[in-house]
Amino acid sequence: MKILVAVKRVIDYNVQIRVKEDGSGVVTDNVKMSTNPPDDNAIEEAVKIKEAGKATEIVAITVGEEKAQETVRKALAVGADKGIHVKTEGVLEPLAVSKILQKIVEKEKPDLVFMGKQAIDDDCNQTGQMLSALLNWPQATFASNIEVKDNSLEVTREIDEGLETVEINIPAIVTCDLRLNEPRYASLPNIMKAKKKPIEEINVSDLGIDITPRVQQLKVEEPPKRKAGIKVANVAELVQKLKNEAKVI
Amino acid sequence: MAVLLIAEHNNKELRPFTLNAATAASQIDTEVHAVIIGQNSESAAKKLSELPVIKKVISIEAPHYENFTAENFTPAIVKLAENYSHIVCSANTFGKNLMPRVAAHLDTSQVSDIIKVISPDTFLRPIYAGNAFATVKTNDTKKCVTIRPTSFEPCERTGGTATIEKGEAGEEFSNTKFIKREEIKSDRPELGTARIVVSGGRGMQSGDNFKLITEVADKLGAAIGASRAAVDAGYISNDHQVGQTGKVVVPDLYIAIGISGAIQHLAGMKESKVIVAINKDGEAPIFSVADYGLEADLFEALPQFMEELNKLNTIQK
Repeated sequence: MKILVAVKRVIDYNVQIRVKEDGSGVVTDNVKMSTNPPDDNAIEEAVKIKEAGKATEIVAITVGEEKAQETVRKALAVGADKGIHVKTEGVLEPLAVSKILQKIVEKEKPDLVFMGKQAIDDDCNQTGQMLSALLNWPQATFASNIEVKDNSLEVTREIDEGLETVEINIPAIVTCDLRLNEPRYASLPNIMKAKKKPIEEINVSDLGIDITPRVQQLKVEEPPKRKAGIKVANVAELVQKLKNEAKVI
Repeated sequence: MAVLLIAEHNNKELRPFTLNAATAASQIDTEVHAVIIGQNSESAAKKLSELPVIKKVISIEAPHYENFTAENFTPAIVKLAENYSHIVCSANTFGKNLMPRVAAHLDTSQVSDIIKVISPDTFLRPIYAGNAFATVKTNDTKKCVTIRPTSFEPCERTGGTATIEKGEAGEEFSNTKFIKREEIKSDRPELGTARIVVSGGRGMQSGDNFKLITEVADKLGAAIGASRAAVDAGYISNDHQVGQTGKVVVPDLYIAIGISGAIQHLAGMKESKVIVAINKDGEAPIFSVADYGLEADLFEALPQFMEELNKLNTIQK
């Protein structure tokens, strides 16, 4: 079984986001970038399945500018066998990414495609579902547990009301929740070895698809600031404030 | 052209966020139709027809709709979409799972999780866990939009008399099989709509200690929330998680107990009207958003909090 895992390069989750003064976006220059956190879970799950002898090959793919390749290199260091970097410039919408992934799926013919459930930059939560629509494959989103069966996966999904379990026939798409597993760190020897693993570079223009953005970002601004609060000395004062000042209890 | 709202329901009742999504839909266009897809869902369809903002209900029933799988819902919605300018539903796990599948079939770039309708093609939406707000304009002729339910008031529930039409069921998608749903039942208010939320974090130290939170929540008639750290540690189940990838809550009062205030948690609660933080680390980031901060050991503060609440003559419910 072959697993394709899609990874995205985003601003590191620990970085305090700053909005550009001209309202054109957020500051990304000289800001620490990392793999989108739930994409790390997607890679980890694929590696675990391979270690359990249920997968033979893991291909990590990213779509984006030159530096996006770092995320593929990281995936190779934790256990992916091969990388693909589809080179693009400028804004990419989830619909465009899913069309690119569709082309790669047609070429690579994986049995499973894994990715994070949401990217923490645009918070869209769309790509996996869109890709499964384009391929007409089953989708299991927000996965917190995956059991590999003979020709299917049994997936536990995190939903608002609790948990849902679905069985999806292979080939299928899974989008991963942060609770799916604990991503490992790459060891130094594996980081060195990963440098020798192949990364295929593909220019998006060679895929013959239209990735022109459909949604214009007119303005990015800071959210309204909360006014500074106060510290109370003790519980009695807190309850008195809630009762008489804020009038919420 | 009119707006098509996808109703969320459990075959008996409408799920509460359908009302918030209906409000958002009515801000896009006054002509709002709603589709309800299910099995034996007549009573929910009836309730949908009573929402005054809904002008027409389309009810689609088939056995394979009983468990609301996106793969089954999508063809029916895509077919209906021909007649509409916008397809709208809530950005909760139901809508997040379903809408992108619909949008891709319609070759539309979806606008996710809007918090404001600026015009029928322009919306405000949070990005980077709510650390920035983006104003976006969609140029697609057919627009797929999911709405953040807590950013729109629920619509009126009664007074409407929309007609209920039968719609045509789509084919069954045989490669996805529903196995089971484990819903956690509770007598407390739902987290997403509660007036007061009491949340615990890693500082609770164990699942057992969450009973201190339960007591306070019961006293206040509050829902119980949790940080991702507390859920990951197994103190409490995932349906309580508040944050960027959990639920977004906007209660009148949010009490954060033993929660440090990671960016991802703040994204889920910082729009609350009044925020209280109880934490022994005076430098914890949660204090930067708290209206009332108490620097104290929660294991001392919570019993005292109960005592003080017990002294009050009345508590708003």
